[in-house]
Amino acid sequence: MEIIRKSAPASRAAVLGDYDAIRVSFDWRGVRSSLDGLPGDGLNIAHEALDRHVAAGHGDRVAMRWLGRSGERRLISYAALSAASARFANTLSALGVARGDTVFVLAGRIPELYVAILGALKHGCVVSPLFSAFGPEPIATRIGIGQGRVLVTTTSLYRRKVAPVRDGLDCLSHVLVVRDDDEPELPAGTLELGPLLDAASPEYAIAATAPEDPALLHFTSGTTGKPKGALHVHEAVVAHLATGRFALDLDAADVFWCTADPGWVTGMSYGIIAPLVIGATLVVDEAEFDAERWYRILEDEGVSVWYTAPTAIRMMMRGGTTGARAHRFDNLRFIASVGEPLNPQAVTWGVEAFGLPIHDNWWQSETGGIMIANYAAMDIRPGSMGKPLPGIDAAIVRHLPGGGVEPVTEPDVEGELALRKGWPSMFRAYLHEDERYAKCFVGDWYLTGDLARRDADGYFWFVGRADDVIKSAGHLIGPFEVESALMEHPAVAEAGVIGKPDPTVGEVVKAFVALKPGFEASEALRRELLGFARKRLGPAVAPKEIDIQASLPKTRSGKIMRRLLKARELGLPEGDTSTLEQSS
Amino acid sequence: MARLSRDEIRSIVIDCVSEIAPEADFDALKPERPWREQLEIDSFDFQNLLAAIETRAGVTVPEMDYAKLALFDEMLDYLEARQAA
Repeated sequence: MEIIRKSAPASRAAVLGDYDAIRVSFDWRGVRSSLDGLPGDGLNIAHEALDRHVAAGHGDRVAMRWLGRSGERRLISYAALSAASARFANTLSALGVARGDTVFVLAGRIPELYVAILGALKHGCVVSPLFSAFGPEPIATRIGIGQGRVLVTTTSLYRRKVAPVRDGLDCLSHVLVVRDDDEPELPAGTLELGPLLDAASPEYAIAATAPEDPALLHFTSGTTGKPKGALHVHEAVVAHLATGRFALDLDAADVFWCTADPGWVTGMSYGIIAPLVIGATLVVDEAEFDAERWYRILEDEGVSVWYTAPTAIRMMMRGGTTGARAHRFDNLRFIASVGEPLNPQAVTWGVEAFGLPIHDNWWQSETGGIMIANYAAMDIRPGSMGKPLPGIDAAIVRHLPGGGVEPVTEPDVEGELALRKGWPSMFRAYLHEDERYAKCFVGDWYLTGDLARRDADGYFWFVGRADDVIKSAGHLIGPFEVESALMEHPAVAEAGVIGKPDPTVGEVVKAFVALKPGFEASEALRRELLGFARKRLGPAVAPKEIDIQASLPKTRSGKIMRRLLKARELGLPEGDTSTLEQSS
Repeated sequence: MARLSRDEIRSIVIDCVSEIAPEADFDALKPERPWREQLEIDSFDFQNLLAAIETRAGVTVPEMDYAKLALFDEMLDYLEARQAA
C-alpha cells in the first residue's frame, strides 16, 4: 500500500513537528514541570484536569459538550465541572469514604459519570470504571477484586446488573444512583446521587495525593484466571498530557471527540483526562454508534480532532463514502484510531470520506497511554501502528534461554513487542497479583504480550497476540471468564472459547461446549446457553456463537486446547498435536 | 414478497432478536424507552439483526434511518411502512 506523505506546512503546524529532534530532546520532567502539582510535591489528576484551568482564569471555557440520546445538548464549563466534582468529593467525604478507597462507576455516558470520576479523584480515591454492557458476573468479579467501597450507577443498571449480585459484595458500603427509570421507589440499599450533590458544597480542597498514589484501576483480561486489575497512579497524568499532545495533536483550542466509552481505558485516558488537562473542549455523545448521527456530530459540533476505533470505522465503510460526503467537516484536521490494527483500506477510506487519513496508534490498559503512533507530521505507512512516542523506547525482543530477553536489532523480524519500563503511566501493579505483575517484566523491559515487527525505518507492525486473549471491537476478553460462566450451566461439561476472525469487530467470541451425560444437543439448548451466557456476562463479553460438540480437544493433562479449536474453526493446519489426548 | 401485516412483522422481529438474544424478555420491555439498551443489543448484534430482518421480511434499512428505530414500536412502524417502498 502506498505511503501517505505529509506536507511541510502540515508538519510545521503539528505539535510534534520534527519527530526525530523531539525524541532526542524530550524529557518527562519537562512535561511534569508544565503541570501545577500540589503543595508538598503532590500531584492530582483532577486538579490538573479542572481546578488548574479555573485558577488560571479559564473557568468559563467549555469543558464538555454533552449530547443526549434524544437530542438534548448541554454545555458544561470548566468551572461548572470543577464545582460539580467538588460536590461529589464532599459527598464521599460526608459518607465517610476515605482516601485510597476504590470507587467503581457503571453508567452510560451521562454527565454524572464524569462528575463522579473527577470528584473521586479529587477525594484521593481510586477510580475503577465498569463498562455498562457488562453483565452481573463481570461486574461482581471486578468489584470484588477491587474491593469497591462505593459504586456509582443508574437505577436501571442497578436493578438489572447489580441487585442480583449485591449479596456477594460485602465490600460495597455505598451505592449512589442516578434515576433513569420511572419506578417510584429507589432500589433497596441505594442512595440517590442528585440530592446528595445538591446538598454538598461546591468547594473542595483537593487531597494532596503523591505522584505515586493509586488513581485508576483498569481491568483487563488474560488467557487464564480472573481479570487483572491494572493499577495506575496520579503521575500517569504526565503521560496523558504528553501523549494527547504528540499523538492526537491536541491543544486547548480543539474540539475533541473521543468515541470510546469511559468504561474502558481509552475512554478514561483520552475521553476525559488528556483533553481536560490540555484544556480542550470534549464532545460526549450519550448514544450508541450510528454512522449518520456521527457524521452529523462531526459537522455540527465542528470537531477538530477525532479519536475513534476500527470497528466504528469499518461499520461506516459499509455505507461507502456517500454518507460522509453529504456533510462538511471544515474544522476536522486530525483523525486517530485505536483498539486493534487499522487495515490499510480503512486508513485510506478516511481520505476518501473525510479528506484526511486515519492515524492508527497502539497501547494497552497496562501502558495507560498511547505508546506507538502515527503523527500529524509523519508519513503514514497504512497498516502500521507507527513509531514510539517521545519518551518511549519500544523494541522487538527475542527470548533467550535462561529467561532473559534481548532487543532484536535487525529489521522485519517478528517477536514480542516490549517497552523499556519507567514511563509515567506504566501500570504499577496487577491488584493483589504480584507474581503476575512480575512476570510481565524481564530486565528493563515490559513485555506486552503482542507480537509485532519493526521495519528498517522504525515503523512497527502488529502481527498478533502471543496468547489466547480475544480482541473484539477493540476490547480484550479473557476466554477463561467466558468458559467459567458457561460451566455454571447444568448441561455443560466442558467449554472452550476462542476469537473467531470477523471483518467488522476483529474477532467475535465463539464458544464450543461439550455436554454432560443425559443432555442432548439441540437448537433449543444452544439458544438456552447463548441466553444464559448473555444474562451473566452481558453482550460485551458473552459469546456471539455457540457450537455444541461431542467432545473438545484436550491435552493429556485435561486442558482444553483452544488453539486447536481455533485451527479447526478456521480450517487451518492443526499444528503440533503431540500433547493431544487420544479419544478412547 | 407478499405484504406483511403488522403482527407478522412483529413476530419476525421478535424471532430475529431471539436468535441473537434468546434471553430477551419482550413482556418487560418499556415501550417508551429505547429498546436496544433494554435488551442489550450492541452495534454488532444490531447489524446482524438488520441483516436477518432483511432476509426474513425483505426490508432493507439504510444507515441513515437507524435513528428511526430507537423505540420498539417505531421500529415496527418503520418496517411496516418501508415494505411499500
